[in-house]
Amino acid sequence: MANSSPAKKSVLWDWLTTVDHKKIGIMYFLAGLFFFAVAGLEAILMRIQLMFPEMSFLGEQTYNELLTMHGTTMLFLAAMPLFFGFMNFVVPLQIGARDVAFPFINSLGFWLFLFGGIILNVSWFTGGAPDAAWTSYVPLSSDSPGHGVDYYVMGLQVSGAGTLMSGINFLVTIVNMRAPGMSMMRMPLFTWSTFVTSMLILFAFPALTVGLLLLMLDRIFGGAFFDVAMGGNVVIWQHLFWIFGHPEVYILILPAFGIFSEVISTFAKKRLFGYSAMVFATLIIGFLGFMVWAHHMFTVGMGPVANAIFAVATMAIAVPTGIKIFNWLLTLWGGRIRFTVANLFALAFIPSFVMGGVTGVMLATSAANYQFHDTYFVVAHFHYVIIGGSVFGIFAGTFYWWPKMFGYRLSEAWGKWFFWLFLIGFHMTFFVQHFLGLMGMPRRVASYLDGQNLNDLNFISTMGAFFMGTAFILLVINVLISRKNTENTDDPWDGRTLEWATTSPVQEYNFAQTPLVRDLDALFYEKMNGDGRMKAAEPLGDIHMPNGSILPIFIALGLSIASFGVIYYSWPVIIGGLVVTFFTMMLRSVIEDHGYNIPVSEITGEKGEDK
Amino acid sequence: MKHMLKLLPFSLILLLAGCGMENLSALDPRGPVAEMQLSLIQLSLYIMIFVIVIVFSIYAFVLIRFRERPGDTHIPKQVHGNRTLEFIWTTIPILLLLLLAIPNVMDTFTLADTGIPDEGVDEELLDEDDEVQDYVVIEAHAHQFWWEFVYPDLGVNAGQDMYIPTDTRVIVELEASDVIHSFWVPALAGKQDNVPGITNDLWFEAPEEGIYMGKCTEICGPSHWLMDFKVVAVDPDTFDSWAETMAEPPEDQLEPEGEVAVEGRDIFVENCIACHAIGDEGGNTGPNFTNYSERTVVAGFLEYSDDNLHDWIRDPDSLKPGNEMPGFGEEAISDDEMDALIEYINTLSVLDE
Amino acid sequence: MADNQVVEPQVLPPNPEKATLEGRNKFLGFWFFLGGETVLFGSLFGTYLGLRTSTEGGPGPSELFHLDLVFIMTMILLTSSLTSVFAIINMKRGNFNKLLIWMWATVALGVAFLSFEIYEFYDYYFNYGLGFTVSAFASSFYTLVGTHGAHVAFGVGWITTLLIRYRKAGITLANAPKFYTAVLYWHFIDVVWVFIFTVVYLLGAGG
Ligand code: HEM
Ligand SMILES: [Cu+2]
Ligand SMILES: [Cu+2]
Repeated sequence: MANSSPAKKSVLWDWLTTVDHKKIGIMYFLAGLFFFAVAGLEAILMRIQLMFPEMSFLGEQTYNELLTMHGTTMLFLAAMPLFFGFMNFVVPLQIGARDVAFPFINSLGFWLFLFGGIILNVSWFTGGAPDAAWTSYVPLSSDSPGHGVDYYVMGLQVSGAGTLMSGINFLVTIVNMRAPGMSMMRMPLFTWSTFVTSMLILFAFPALTVGLLLLMLDRIFGGAFFDVAMGGNVVIWQHLFWIFGHPEVYILILPAFGIFSEVISTFAKKRLFGYSAMVFATLIIGFLGFMVWAHHMFTVGMGPVANAIFAVATMAIAVPTGIKIFNWLLTLWGGRIRFTVANLFALAFIPSFVMGGVTGVMLATSAANYQFHDTYFVVAHFHYVIIGGSVFGIFAGTFYWWPKMFGYRLSEAWGKWFFWLFLIGFHMTFFVQHFLGLMGMPRRVASYLDGQNLNDLNFISTMGAFFMGTAFILLVINVLISRKNTENTDDPWDGRTLEWATTSPVQEYNFAQTPLVRDLDALFYEKMNGDGRMKAAEPLGDIHMPNGSILPIFIALGLSIASFGVIYYSWPVIIGGLVVTFFTMMLRSVIEDHGYNIPVSEITGEKGEDK
Repeated sequence: MKHMLKLLPFSLILLLAGCGMENLSALDPRGPVAEMQLSLIQLSLYIMIFVIVIVFSIYAFVLIRFRERPGDTHIPKQVHGNRTLEFIWTTIPILLLLLLAIPNVMDTFTLADTGIPDEGVDEELLDEDDEVQDYVVIEAHAHQFWWEFVYPDLGVNAGQDMYIPTDTRVIVELEASDVIHSFWVPALAGKQDNVPGITNDLWFEAPEEGIYMGKCTEICGPSHWLMDFKVVAVDPDTFDSWAETMAEPPEDQLEPEGEVAVEGRDIFVENCIACHAIGDEGGNTGPNFTNYSERTVVAGFLEYSDDNLHDWIRDPDSLKPGNEMPGFGEEAISDDEMDALIEYINTLSVLDE
Repeated sequence: MADNQVVEPQVLPPNPEKATLEGRNKFLGFWFFLGGETVLFGSLFGTYLGLRTSTEGGPGPSELFHLDLVFIMTMILLTSSLTSVFAIINMKRGNFNKLLIWMWATVALGVAFLSFEIYEFYDYYFNYGLGFTVSAFASSFYTLVGTHGAHVAFGVGWITTLLIRYRKAGITLANAPKFYTAVLYWHFIDVVWVFIFTVVYLLGAGG
């Protein structure tokens, strides 16, 4: 690719300083994939421990650490960043923008996430990872000896700050940066779900911030929030955590819904059925997501009135979710369905997620929840929605957008092996766990006693986990061996939305001329009613781009240093870290950055290269 | 026929492994509360199976009928939507959910109402003759990683085994002394949490005698998985005599017969009684020992045997990591002393049989 | 207005803070940010309400709070909001000098508020023995009010930086959004204080 930046830089420097949403997207994606592999390995270790009763493969303490890190890593460091990768890469393209609203903050968000993830995982090497589960209920977490839980607190605080920034960035990008003609009701569903997801992030994460703050104050600065002997109240943590935590599960599923809507409509060659109902359902789910947090607390003793209200409110969410399922089915109806790997994942999602959804309604039944709660039934339920929903969405998106992101197509043949193995392994692992729960197996147990009729199903479950692990290896191989498939990558799937109107790999300015959007599925409309290319909404001209910057890394680094200061309670380190951060922020606001221009000549020169 | 239908959804699991272990499984309820909960689970399951069948049929039809055939290049009609359909698939789920929500709300209130008399006697506690039915109140104090059962009206403190009379309403008041735990006896009743600083309650009944398995379901530390307990349902007369003896242990426990047991008693007083009480003599840092030999397991999970008792006393932490009991090595209790101690422990019983 | 030549007032659009895309982005992004801040303070308020009676024998609201002091603090902060409004009005009129003056007034009031707050905490700590670790009430009180105080301090620092950096720049399309968002932030912490005044102090002193 021709170098359009003012000065030549090394590749590494380029990536460290980039503010390009596409590169940031790719970094999110790769970091997310790495953490996914780590957390997957942790899961396999746990499943080996649970393969037979009373195994001593792992000690109890190690099991609890793996459990905590698996859950925390999967949710905060794998699933969310993987979605952020797609959002960053795809959303500006889908709305016909040259960039996001705040490129600098975007890159800061990424580095904060990455440093937060690193902080969390450093705990493995400094005497023990956090061990109070991903929910870190007090007082187990506030009394947990060692520094593990401190790492949890600070790691999540740092990466959470990054997440919040990214959320605001997406919101403003989507509201302000749409191409001419791209009204809100013409936005692709993935962009819509990014919008609603970002809203959820914005209003949910601060509750976690406060929860973590209180936990930090209690653990390190002698606070009494959760110390019953000092008048503290341990249920406050649960409320704060779940006011964040329930929206969080929708943060994890809505982007997947968006991806499925794109993939299903593309591979059925049909407009999304009931587009406005889909948008509306997404909004309602987002809204109701804030009304139901206490369904995680039915057994805490909130009383029958609260339990009944939260039970009914939770059931209500099933309605918009059902609407979505039927709309997808009707999108397929009458279509011409192609079974590409991306679509296979989208299609497998429907039954898998329906199964996770119905167990969700069962769990919402408060009186029955007393039996389900904190048993393997719950483990089965949330893996059905998280893997059958979020992870299938991530894999569908991976196969769908890979050519656009990396400039080559993944092998369909290897992809199908991967798909089937993963699908079978997934159901094998988690289907039986529903029964384990009802047969008396609590959740978060480091082992189980022999002679309780739990052995067979646990063994089956572990076998399934091995299938999934093997499948993941096939995906990695696929990524490595498919690099030669570089032909037909601009629009390999006969796409409908704007990202397929760009070249692969995408030019750094995305569109030489901002496109004019004339209908939903803008590109498909031009394919049907125009010449198959987007009309331009502006004359060709110089394009102004922001400069890269190394400052985000330093801001994130400063905060990480301060975090270690907190963990080991050292004021000089805390202050030193904060000084680095604030000084860098000062630099940022004092140094005027005017960006640079890409001259027309260069744009037309490059433009000539594409077909 | 009706019975068959009830079993249908669980047929798969019946094939696989029965319904789980007797007196442990929520699928095989042994009391009215667990039965109520299972029937609610079944109701929700039927409704959900109905939904699943519909979705899966449409799904299968669509995938078969509309898959791309070789050579097919037509562009499908770009349908926008359909108001009627949308109306249908909004209202029907709402109706289905109401079908589930209403009984659920009713059950939720029923389960929350223990009917403790000082809150006004609940009608359900009255039998046919309008007499207040018998009930027993038990405080369940959860500790890392064991259970203490206090019978405030009977002056009894029992460790690990919760004795209850059959056919009597049992009202459990849940408390925690360190972190959050959760009290679950799947075959009798769903769980409620033991939360520090808060007292929760629940009730259940056991019509049949038997030993029911209980578990802690809230992660509470390394040995969370070993925090089991037992609910022992005995007939009301036996219960009464059990409670009486527990409150006032027989002389021979304080002054046992037999030389070895006397020595064991001394060792117990020297090393153990500060944490493990007998009757009301001693501390409660560990489980009460008054009826120890009637336990079926040591420490909540090890089969009851002299060897296991020995191993446990020597090094509890290796068996149940993170628990509060110190180990007693040979310098503290010699092998001979240990035998005496175990012999004494084996005499601790309150039931006649 | 001889000294106001950097930018001709009539050249500036009527809403200079929203004239550029960057300005609009900043403006909108800041509103979203304040939405998140609302949840943050909401969570802290909830925590405080849950713990405000848990004094565990330590000093409690009715002994501690002096409404006269808090009333003065409230007035100071409300006035500072007013001065910041004047600043923005002058910005829209293109009157850079008056913008600076009113902004400095805002900063001064902010500093005054902070001084009172520091005095208040000092008083509670040394004269009443209300340490942070004394009770759940103490922890939640200091955390809620302290977080607000930290916001005020940050606002003072932010506005001061702007004022120093742009002391000679005049109103431009680049700095108008910055002043505007800073003032928005200032209003926000003012509103939060009104809630603290009501929920913490009035409710506390009232029993
Ligand atoms: C390879 C696939 C996976 C396997 C075999 C697996 C297995 C497990 C196991 C064994 C547990 C511990 C359950 C317990 O002890 O109670 C667990 C917990 C959990 N898993 Fe997974 N998991 C997988 C994928 C995922 C994914 C993709 C996510 C989310 C994106 C996820 C999220 C969680 C969470 C949140 C917990 C709860 C952690 C806690 O209780 O603190 N898992 N998983
Ligand atoms: Cu939830
Ligand atoms: Cu426990």
